[in-house]
Amino acid sequence: MNDLDGASNPAIETKLWLAQRISAVILALMVFVHLGTIMYAVRDGLTAAEIIDRVGGHLGWALFYGLFVAALAVHAPIGIRAILAEITALPRKRIDLLCFMAAVLIAYLGYRVVRDFYALGSIA
Amino acid sequence: MSARHRNYTNYLAFLVHRISGILLALFLPVHFHVLQLALHDARAFDSFAAWAERPMVKFAEGILIVLLAGHLTGGLRLLAIEFLPWHNWQKSIVAITFGCSFAMGLVYLLNVS
Amino acid sequence: MSDQMLTVLVWRGTADKGRYIEYKVRGLENHTVLDVVTYIQRYLEPTLSYRFSCRVGMCGSCAMTVNGKPRWTCRSSVSKVAPGGKLKIAPLRSMKIIKDLSVEMSEFFDKLARAEGRFHPTSNRQNDFNHVKPDSVKRRLASDGIECIGCGICYASCDLVAWKSNYLGPAALNRAWTLVNDVRDGAHRKRLNAVAGDAGCHACHSQQGCVESCPKNLNPTASIAGLKRVTAIAVLKGELD
Repeated sequence: MNDLDGASNPAIETKLWLAQRISAVILALMVFVHLGTIMYAVRDGLTAAEIIDRVGGHLGWALFYGLFVAALAVHAPIGIRAILAEITALPRKRIDLLCFMAAVLIAYLGYRVVRDFYALGSIA
Repeated sequence: MSARHRNYTNYLAFLVHRISGILLALFLPVHFHVLQLALHDARAFDSFAAWAERPMVKFAEGILIVLLAGHLTGGLRLLAIEFLPWHNWQKSIVAITFGCSFAMGLVYLLNVS
Repeated sequence: MSDQMLTVLVWRGTADKGRYIEYKVRGLENHTVLDVVTYIQRYLEPTLSYRFSCRVGMCGSCAMTVNGKPRWTCRSSVSKVAPGGKLKIAPLRSMKIIKDLSVEMSEFFDKLARAEGRFHPTSNRQNDFNHVKPDSVKRRLASDGIECIGCGICYASCDLVAWKSNYLGPAALNRAWTLVNDVRDGAHRKRLNAVAGDAGCHACHSQQGCVESCPKNLNPTASIAGLKRVTAIAVLKGELD
């Protein structure tokens, strides 16, 4: 919708597209595992203790969810960016800033959870 | 002008992918927040989990599962279109992605009930 | 359905100032939509503007929106597209209306040029012929997209064109893809730069409205996917600006 404010840069746009597809492949594998885990975990009801018992202090899960969060922080904001550019009249620079902030927010909130779950290992 | 030019399955798949993508992106911060609760305030989390036992909430969770599975299978479909040489099966793959997604939601609801 | 009375709504005027006018036309079994429009102009409404040329599906000039879908009117028989005998005919979407059913197509053709849809020769008559094997991979990929008649139907059916006015659109990108696969062409890098990015192939969400509506049964979505792949490889090699 915004042809005038800043011509699009072919190299940057192509890299973002590629980043979203690569993160999509990573996420596809991880979401598959995640869905399986959900089905397994909810059978006897979900409690804080159960989650902590399963995931807390476990390096494998920490690495898995760490990569999961990183892929999400790449994947989601690029998608939102394309949607905002298509259906709103916001200037491109504003959209880029918003989506960058979204990426930082997702990465921060997610990283905090993964870190704290892993830190439980040293307590337990 | 009417929207009849949008009246085909692949357009529906596009809509599902877009809407599920937006909803999942909005859900992410909430998800992280609830997990943070589980860590630092087990009682708050467990009272949240008790609240989430209501059938309506369980149903909403089932919808989230369908959205996630739908975005996953729909995304695989897009990757197939973009990265594999074109075959005609790519036109009919939509039905499979929808089927898988709803099956996932059903399995979830059966598991929690 | 021979000799059925057709109720035909036709868009008259421009985008800002216009409305549908109803005409009654006696339809015959073998009538095409273009026949109906022509009948209206000749016998009912001499000032009706529309565009056509070859009448046999070669030239791509008679495309209109028929009952909500973009179609080539010369090859759309009324009995198939409007079995109930009701026709609603409008100009193509995403193009400026000049008058009635005629649209301004220069933007559409400018985009073909902007996508480097032009052949850049690498040899002249002093050189030997290029040898392109008919069954080579690139020749086949080019052949898959080469039959475009430039009717603008894919362009009118594409939501991305409607949402992003600078998006090159399915026809231009399909044309570029056929040239990417033309081994005689010498503007590979320039063309990849022209079609990469969010005004080019990366804007496409594979909605496939173009595939759905192309009267020549081409697959612009597959062509655009091809461009996405070659531009992604190009950007990794540092060939995009």
